[in-house]
Amino acid sequence: MVISNVVKGLCRVSQQGIVSTCRRVHNGNAKMAKVSLRFVCFFCTLFFLHFRSFYTKKHEWVKIDAGIGTIGISKFAQESLGEVVFAQLPDVGKNISSGDECGALESVKAAGEVYSPVSGIVTEKNSAVESSPALINKSCYEDGWLFRLKLSKPEEVEQLMDQTSYDTYLKDLH
Amino acid sequence: MICRNIIRSKILARIQVRCYSDVGSSKKTPLYNLHEKYGGKLVDFAGFLLPVQYSDMTVSASHLFTRNSGSIFDVSHMLQTSVSGKDCIPWFESICPVDLQGMSDGSSSLTVFLNQKGGIIDDLIVTRVSEKQLYIVSNAGRLDVDKSHMIETSEMYRKKNKDISIDFFDVTQRGLIAVQGPKAVQNIQRLTDTPLENLYFMTSRLGSVAGVDCRITRCGYTGEDGVEISIPAEKTERVTEALLLSDDIKLAGLGARDSLRLEAGLCLYGNDIDEGVTPVEANLTWLIAKRRRGEANFPGAEIILRQIKEGVTKRRVGVRMETGAPARKGALLKSLNGEVIGNVTSGCPSPSLGGNVAMGYILEQFKKVSTEINVNIRNKDSPCKVAKMPFVPSKYYVKK
Repeated sequence: MVISNVVKGLCRVSQQGIVSTCRRVHNGNAKMAKVSLRFVCFFCTLFFLHFRSFYTKKHEWVKIDAGIGTIGISKFAQESLGEVVFAQLPDVGKNISSGDECGALESVKAAGEVYSPVSGIVTEKNSAVESSPALINKSCYEDGWLFRLKLSKPEEVEQLMDQTSYDTYLKDLH
Repeated sequence: MICRNIIRSKILARIQVRCYSDVGSSKKTPLYNLHEKYGGKLVDFAGFLLPVQYSDMTVSASHLFTRNSGSIFDVSHMLQTSVSGKDCIPWFESICPVDLQGMSDGSSSLTVFLNQKGGIIDDLIVTRVSEKQLYIVSNAGRLDVDKSHMIETSEMYRKKNKDISIDFFDVTQRGLIAVQGPKAVQNIQRLTDTPLENLYFMTSRLGSVAGVDCRITRCGYTGEDGVEISIPAEKTERVTEALLLSDDIKLAGLGARDSLRLEAGLCLYGNDIDEGVTPVEANLTWLIAKRRRGEANFPGAEIILRQIKEGVTKRRVGVRMETGAPARKGALLKSLNGEVIGNVTSGCPSPSLGGNVAMGYILEQFKKVSTEINVNIRNKDSPCKVAKMPFVPSKYYVKK
């Protein structure tokens, strides 16, 4: 969280630098500067998305790398479920819209449906989780990821909570 | 992901809010402090704060520990009732199909309160303490219903100058713990002079455990050998701690309790039985005692006896799935040609057997063990089979 704030700060500083650099490069041509600024910002966004996780209110997370989103469930969700004994994940090639129910996790005491935080086509599912579902409890943000999507609407991420907002959201739940 | 806790069928996030902010309205059992001390994950269950599990073990680990060694469950939330008076047996037989007259003192039986249509108001364990005294343990979820049912029916008896008085034990007066598993009784024996080798399944007696006067009943809700111990509230913690000194015994919560009872084929009131089903439909026909069938004088007798003679259209059965997602309450059962033939009333993954176990109601013509059917889970049909219950053989300590 601290790291992400530092990165955000750096981003703001360097963006301002980039704006003036763009102006200088384009000799005060505001239109050109705007275009290249947008270009730079796009890469900036990709760069920062790479470092950040986004969360849904239903406790899924998504991390984005080069247009591919990796999806999993949060520590809170994992703890609420208890030891996961069965995982049903979406098949590769499936077209999913954000908010779609696309998988299910079951423990002895609880059942949970997985809803996709973003839209896209499934490129991979975590077969390690299918064969040993308790991986989700052991490592919900790393080895226990559920599936990957090629994002069809990357802008959807803006509707999700970042780490700070999710932490606040969790606090309010209690 | 929305997590539905099967034990309460409510969204866990909301429950936790309730659990933390609404503690005042949930009653604490005499073991509340002990649950906190041992890391119990407390939730509101039927108005009581009880642990789903403890921090030292997952639900499946705790389940298996119970099957292999022994566990203590806090069941203090259940309604304990003492009935006394020379007319207590005729009164009780007027609301249940049990044969208390034919039972010996100190023996217990599972029975049901029935409504006039033969529907099940609650299931309970009644102990014939003596000809003039009964001890009853019934469900916390039916506490108010059971109380008013017993009060109303006994008042009618008292108006006829019959001698019955009822004492409900509040959770502040008496605690109740279930000690279950193959090593349960040997560990209790170390703490009591009462010989337990002749305390058979479904018998009960008074005895001192860890220096505390208790009622010990050989029964349980796990399919294992074990007892339930009724203890004065202020001493419940002392007895529990004394048992926990042994490495053979650990605390277990509602999570393991539910999966253990399901494997044992035992009903959960509100899920598997309710006022809408009769004991015959619930595959509990054996609860209608032989003498009582002859007398035909229990509530709903006409309907129930006709069902015994002529059959019913649906029946409670076990359902077994070797793989796949577990069927939970509400899942539809379908025939192989796709028609809906029943529904699941409770189900979970089976820690002892692997795969999943469930029970539910099915049309009579499909009730035969090993019948291949489908269960619809999240709009997908998965193959399963009608199975014999209990799924895991019971280990009750029965006199041979």
